[in-house]
Amino acid sequence: MNRIKELFSRKKEKILSVYFTAGYPNLHDTGLVIQALTKAGTDMIEIGMPYSDPLADGPVIQHSSTIALKNGMNMRLLFQQLKDLKSLSDDLPPLILMGYLNPVLQFGFEKFCRDASGCGISGLILPDLPFREYEKDYKGIMEKYNLKFIFLITPDTSEERIRKMDNLSDAFIYAVSSSSVTGRVTDEDRKESYFKRLRDMKLKNPVLVGFGVRDKRTFEHPCKYLNGAIVGTAFIQKLDQGGNIEKIAQEFEQSLR
Amino acid sequence: MKYGVDEFGYYGEFGGAYIPEMLFANVDQLQKNYLGIIEDKEFRKEFLQLLTDYAGRPTPLYFARRLSEKYRNNIFLKREDLCHTGAHKINNAIGQILMAERLGKKRIIAETGAGQHGVATATVCALKGLECLVYMGEKDMERQAPNVARMQMLGAKVVPATSGSKTLKDATNEAIRDWINNAHDTYYLIGSVVGPHPYPDMVARFQSVISEEIKSQIKNLTGKDLPDLVIACVGGGSNAAGAFYHFLEDEEVKLIEVEASGLGLDSGETAATTQLGRVGILHGSKSLVMQTDDGQVTEPYSISAGLDYPGIGPLHAHLYKTGRAKFMSATDDEAVHAAFELAQLEGIIPALESAHALAVLNKLDVRDKNIVVNLSGRGDKDMDTYMKRMKTL
Repeated sequence: MNRIKELFSRKKEKILSVYFTAGYPNLHDTGLVIQALTKAGTDMIEIGMPYSDPLADGPVIQHSSTIALKNGMNMRLLFQQLKDLKSLSDDLPPLILMGYLNPVLQFGFEKFCRDASGCGISGLILPDLPFREYEKDYKGIMEKYNLKFIFLITPDTSEERIRKMDNLSDAFIYAVSSSSVTGRVTDEDRKESYFKRLRDMKLKNPVLVGFGVRDKRTFEHPCKYLNGAIVGTAFIQKLDQGGNIEKIAQEFEQSLR
Repeated sequence: MKYGVDEFGYYGEFGGAYIPEMLFANVDQLQKNYLGIIEDKEFRKEFLQLLTDYAGRPTPLYFARRLSEKYRNNIFLKREDLCHTGAHKINNAIGQILMAERLGKKRIIAETGAGQHGVATATVCALKGLECLVYMGEKDMERQAPNVARMQMLGAKVVPATSGSKTLKDATNEAIRDWINNAHDTYYLIGSVVGPHPYPDMVARFQSVISEEIKSQIKNLTGKDLPDLVIACVGGGSNAAGAFYHFLEDEEVKLIEVEASGLGLDSGETAATTQLGRVGILHGSKSLVMQTDDGQVTEPYSISAGLDYPGIGPLHAHLYKTGRAKFMSATDDEAVHAAFELAQLEGIIPALESAHALAVLNKLDVRDKNIVVNLSGRGDKDMDTYMKRMKTL
């Protein structure tokens, strides 16, 4: 069974997914961060594949990408790190790769899916891969390797379009909390009606909320209505402050729960 | 149309709309409405009137006698440099500001390389009383300082893009992020035939007035229906798209696109996308992109800020792939040399971008042909660079 599916079959509330950038702060921290988050009790981990032109990201994640690339991070190395990690520990939460389409295309989409699946990845988030192209060219390949494609929706996404994505998906829906890049402080009141609207749609897939989630309050708010939330920028900021990664992950997890 | 865009925004394999969901509503609205708006009678009337009364169209097609003698061809210069604001960019800016107005947008953002598109955008925003914010690479702000001052005088806010190579690519990234953050009230006025569908097609349509005029002017000047050759420089490719548009289906007209090869094709300091790029995704469309083996977009280099871009519009990638257009390149030195030559043979100081198009005249193996060179902009903004070069010439 796909690990994401397995997670949602046993847990439906207050799911916490944490994003970090592979190869950041140091090239070989990828495995350490995953282990630290696992130990801290994170339900799901999103591994950012650094890209030179991350259009949907704010300054914090952009910066982490730039540093990771300077550190020498690339796809081949990431897969090697994940493979090494898998041989150390088989008790990891579901792992998702998140990034932009271009590096994946250059690696070769099918080869990418094969290698990702081979080192324990369960899902893929590519914000700039459009719906139509996904369905036409890539869906079949992802299914072949048991990888789930995760769709993003925003407060501006029409109900019809959300239903279409919900039908096409069988992992979870990534609800961007407001139309913005990552790491922006956003208006909580306006989110309330959006969260309620999504809850009332009774989608077949669970919904996790991302963008603008950074502390206990902004984590609990979406959890009141939906299945959980995704934190990225706030965690990277903690990593930026330096120190023992295991301790950072532990404290971060505690500060949200 | 063999070289037109299909219903999903593709030119052959290139194009599309590779955008995050945060931009979907905006892009979808534009995709569904742009053709209807462009074909609307009132829109056309206002567009044409502004092109005439405000931008100064039609621009002349000038027979360059001394240049022609030198290169033993009949060389005609399409004088886009005589447009209001100094380049062809105003054609598109007028078209898109009317588009933004009809879509009810109040805030306009743009990216700019050489500053010509920024100035054109600031100009039309002043004309329409709309808020204007222009993203410009920090490096470009230095080398095109006169244009920064012009934008500011026109009431626009110029925001430096400080990431990456601090040039056009990074300014475009910042503009797209701003658009994501302000999707409801903001219109992104893209300056070239790049970006997600429908931008490449929309910008090409607004620039197509260039070739429409050439077509009637060449007939008056030569008695022939068509020129033999049309030459244009290409960064993103808006002036080339405009100069080629009405000739695309006339396959007997040869089209030449000139890319900036910077310090040379093999120098690592270049912006010649078709020569060094591979199929990839940049700024919302699939096209040819200069990138590393890992798919990281590389930082291009050209002396010309307007050509200093690691991608190329999807239409041009298609023209390259199909062989419809021939791609050549010119180095910094060749472009500067061509600029001085035009200044001293014809009394016209071209923009550094346009000088790249002129720089291939001595590489053509044809005689007595009717050649149109699209002189996309004037060189006032480049005087600093030219004066530095003058000392070393």
